[in-house]
Amino acid sequence: MKNVLLQEKSRRTQIRELTEKVIEKLLLFCAIVAIIVVFLIVGFIFTQGWSVIQKYGIAHFLFNLEWEPLAEPVQFGLLPMIVGSFVVTFGALLISVPLGISCAVFLAEFAPQWAAKRIRPAIELMAGIPSVVYGFWALVVLVPLIMNYLGGRGLSILAGSIVLGIMALPFIISIAEDAIRAVPKEYREASLALGATHWQTVKYVVLPAAKSGILTAIILGMALTIGETMAVILVIGNAAIIPDSILCMVRTLTAHIALEMGYAAGEHQQALFVAGIVLFVVIMILNSLALLIYKRAGV
Amino acid sequence: MMRTAVKIEEKIAKAVFWSAGIIILGILFFIIFHILKEGLFAINWEFLTEAPREMGREGGIFPIIIGTIYVVALSIAVGAPIGIMAAVFLTEYAKKGKLVRTIRFFVETLAAVPSIIFGLFGFLFFVIYLGWGWSIMSGGLTLACMLLPIIIRTTEESIKAVPESYREGSLALGATRWQTVYKIVLPCALPGIITGVILGIGRAISEAAAVFLTAGMAGLIVPESVWDPARTLTVHLFILASEGICFERAYATAAILVIMILIINYAAHKLSGMITRK
Repeated sequence: MKNVLLQEKSRRTQIRELTEKVIEKLLLFCAIVAIIVVFLIVGFIFTQGWSVIQKYGIAHFLFNLEWEPLAEPVQFGLLPMIVGSFVVTFGALLISVPLGISCAVFLAEFAPQWAAKRIRPAIELMAGIPSVVYGFWALVVLVPLIMNYLGGRGLSILAGSIVLGIMALPFIISIAEDAIRAVPKEYREASLALGATHWQTVKYVVLPAAKSGILTAIILGMALTIGETMAVILVIGNAAIIPDSILCMVRTLTAHIALEMGYAAGEHQQALFVAGIVLFVVIMILNSLALLIYKRAGV
Repeated sequence: MMRTAVKIEEKIAKAVFWSAGIIILGILFFIIFHILKEGLFAINWEFLTEAPREMGREGGIFPIIIGTIYVVALSIAVGAPIGIMAAVFLTEYAKKGKLVRTIRFFVETLAAVPSIIFGLFGFLFFVIYLGWGWSIMSGGLTLACMLLPIIIRTTEESIKAVPESYREGSLALGATRWQTVYKIVLPCALPGIITGVILGIGRAISEAAAVFLTAGMAGLIVPESVWDPARTLTVHLFILASEGICFERAYATAAILVIMILIINYAAHKLSGMITRK
């Protein structure tokens, strides 16, 4: 009788141990899904673009001004789109960096409790609004304004930069605010004890100490802006040309992919995947840069 | 003389920072106010319950609402469990070491991939390679991949907030690791996990670039199964606006999206408020 009980018990422990093992493996698998997805993304997009890169050489894509996918001979120059992406992103940073960093300093240092408590959820909300809605707003509000007061058709680098600048704000603010808050309290106290004013403390002590975190915020904001698609497509006019003014229309890499993917086939489609590869590589470089700065600072 | 200069600079700096905060609030309220003012009056019962006619120039958006619900629900149904379990593994099973660092690195990488690249991937993998075509299935699974980093991050944070003594108590009573996780850690972390899922829903609703390459732009009729193409609200708004089909209905669609995001943010905010109070 005792033997049977013991046997029963050991069988139950065995089942229990087995369940534990199975669950652990299942959890491990779920954690590895992220790795699998990244490999699938890289694998599929790179193999798709690889054959045309081999056929025409990467220089044909990167340093060529002509995009004529249906002409004979075909031209797959991505240079206007690369320039377009960088120009619009640079314009957006001119708006989002000063405004975003100021707001981050305000929230971390100067804002009274009641103000910070109301601004923070508003910034979260700003991050949640769909990019298409921003794009639509820019199309119905900004584009006519630019057309009426500055001339041109309104669809322009300026409109794209403004809307992307607004969209990058919440991300830059939240990362920069965290960086400023991470500066040890003793730094501030020491500076204030020496008789420095609040602003002097921020200018000479807090901001230099938070420098690398703020730089990370700017770089990540840039990566985010360059990858944005749906808002920018609605307001930049999408002409594949090298711009000569901020009222000029351009086409970004993201817009280029989204606009032509629907009907492209064969080499034309593969060339669009090359645009995807260029975009992916640029964003990964920016992210590695941010990670490097972040690690160097030893935060 | 020196002191007044310092005082003036202090005043100017404060004024600049205050105005930065106010400008940003102003932009946000202007955008929301404008969309709601122009869009709300166009929303009525017919708009919500009828199918679009003439490419969306007439009629309503009923099939699009259904399509959105399908795509978002599928992405959450797939993405949330995988993300939550991945976070459990990272925080409860393998706390340190090379494997965890590698997985974290890939999660960060995934978070950095722009949505149009997810769209390209989903198009190649689900639509073409697996042969699922432009469908709710392709769109939902592409979105599920996109949601993984958000859900993993928020779940990890809320699991880390569960006090170590709870686990020790449970383990001391003879519970196994999984029993401890399932009966103690997850219930304690639940509000945080739900907040993460709600934010994931918001992200899925907002997404357009990845969806229109994978779920398609058709879907003006109510989808019957997950293998049918669907058009989500964001894609519909994009088409109405980019092709200049009907701005009145575009405003109404944008207003619906804004209201949804307002509700979702309010819910997430309330929930995370509950956690900090506890």
